[in-house]
Amino acid sequence: MTSPRALAWRRRGDALAAGWRQFARQRSGLFGLGLLVLIVLLAVFAPVLTDREGLNVIKATGGPLESPSWEFPLGTDRQGRSVLLLTLWGARMSLTVGFVAALLSIGIGTVIGILAAHYGKWVSAGLMRITDFFLVLPSLVLAIALSTVLNPGIGTVILAIGITSWPPSARLVRAQTLTIEARPYIERSRALGGGHLHVITKHVLPAVLPLVFVNTTLAVGSAIVAESTLSFLGLGDPNPMRPSWGSMLRSAWLDSAVIAGAWWYLLPPGIAIAIVVLAFTMCGRALESVLNPRLREG
Amino acid sequence: MSDILTPTEEALAEAPPPKRGGGALRYLLTKVGGGLVSLALVIVLGFLLFRVLPGDPVLTMTRGRPASKEQIAELEAQLGLDKPLIAQFFDYLWRLLHGDLGESYVFRVPVTQKILERLGPTLLLVGTATVIAVALGLWLGTRSAWRRDTRFDRVSTSVALALWSTPTFFLGLLLMAATSGWFPTAGMVYSDTPPDFFAQALDIAHHMVLPTITLVAVVYAQYQLVMRSSLLEEMGADYLTTARAKGLRDDLVRRRHAVPNALLPTVTLVFLHMGFVVAGAITTETVFSWPGLGLLTYDALEKRDLPLLTGTFIVLAGAVIVMNVFADILYRVLDPRVRAS
Repeated sequence: MTSPRALAWRRRGDALAAGWRQFARQRSGLFGLGLLVLIVLLAVFAPVLTDREGLNVIKATGGPLESPSWEFPLGTDRQGRSVLLLTLWGARMSLTVGFVAALLSIGIGTVIGILAAHYGKWVSAGLMRITDFFLVLPSLVLAIALSTVLNPGIGTVILAIGITSWPPSARLVRAQTLTIEARPYIERSRALGGGHLHVITKHVLPAVLPLVFVNTTLAVGSAIVAESTLSFLGLGDPNPMRPSWGSMLRSAWLDSAVIAGAWWYLLPPGIAIAIVVLAFTMCGRALESVLNPRLREG
Repeated sequence: MSDILTPTEEALAEAPPPKRGGGALRYLLTKVGGGLVSLALVIVLGFLLFRVLPGDPVLTMTRGRPASKEQIAELEAQLGLDKPLIAQFFDYLWRLLHGDLGESYVFRVPVTQKILERLGPTLLLVGTATVIAVALGLWLGTRSAWRRDTRFDRVSTSVALALWSTPTFFLGLLLMAATSGWFPTAGMVYSDTPPDFFAQALDIAHHMVLPTITLVAVVYAQYQLVMRSSLLEEMGADYLTTARAKGLRDDLVRRRHAVPNALLPTVTLVFLHMGFVVAGAITTETVFSWPGLGLLTYDALEKRDLPLLTGTFIVLAGAVIVMNVFADILYRVLDPRVRAS
């Protein structure tokens, strides 16, 4: 005889394997995933592959705005630093902010969504009122306000993005929780004496998590764009040793790279953002169709 | 941004539950009331963000630049920082009700005057771009849904997704680089343009080309994707089979029957997603130095001009909230199913 717990784990394993098979059937999703793995690996191993001192403005070896050469495959910036090196290190910053901000945003959204759906009545009314308010509020305007008054740095950027982008996920999680709580097994659990905490953590949360996971995947992309926008406006981390793709574009813009015709300075960070966001979107959409059979075509 | 992927369901879930009799007025009142509450919250938030959160607003504003003791004292007196916080709040409220947002620290003019001055250019740019983006998005969305899975569908959807993934300002910089010299890249008019109407209008139009293209490029994708998915949902509907069985041409079936129904969620979404357009406008105006509210916001945040930033915050957020209330009402007016029930 297998214990109920082992049985539950085996079921989870089977479900995961089935999900993976469904995911692997979609070429664009696999392509996006492959791309992401590659970029994350490059970002993680940047300190091993390259020397961080190359980011130091004082120790820069190249001339200002040199075009691509053997020594600098993507040319140099105004300070003579290698653009390739900057892009590689920028990936660390942009991805970190993207992941953490997305987790923060989805975390807030999930908690508020579940609480609103589970407790109903005035808790729900109050929470949804707040959610609607933040949903309507233009998030960039609020993020700008937050990061202007707080001390500049990576934490502020993450906070500003997380606090401004949670409402859509709160609504989604609330809707999902409502449909789950209407099912008989929740009633059974209540009848057997399960309290709020038990029902939420043991029954609602596991059922909501797949949806949350998909949303996180989609949210990372928009968080990266939000980070680049804030950094571009000069609200990012001011430390030149911690470049992000957004702050690279800001300096390219301020250094009039466009007028100087320095395409090698302008293109790499922007294209990197587009590729990463596209990869997250591809993965997210593929995951979405794994979870939602209605989206499956043919 | 992930909400664009399931927009119709969201929009439909937003539709008010059917009610009998007297529903219309009640609906209107709830929506307008909700909007007013949101506006009030924005005003409170404006105070919390710019007066309470920084701890010492004067320190924030003078960060990184020399300020004499007299200047600091003057600023403190101007902002009323010597009074208790609650008195400051009522003072702020009282002034706001009279249209007084304080004086800009950098421009040395009333914030209200500065905002009114910049409102026109922003309305011109955002209005033009929105009209073009909606027309383009609806057209492309309709075509790609009607010919689903053709090459046109796949290419146009991928292009929309790619543009959607690109940050606005990067697109603007790219355009600037690609069209170097053909269009002016900064400001709204050349100073030496003759003051007569036609010359001015022509010059403004010339300056507007690049910012408009940028804004359209980032905004139209959502309309296209939403139109596509909402038309796809209508495609299997019985009434289309009926229309075809009557012997209507394919073109007429699409134009008279399918599109009007699919249009509903899309039209309201135009207003619901105004916040996204505002975000696009801020970065576009910054890149092209278009003298609107977006550039004003950028100038204010660069110089940490808190009174000015409070002003643009309230105006931009307020505008988006008003648009949303409008969208809710419009949805009810447009959709007979919601109205009748």
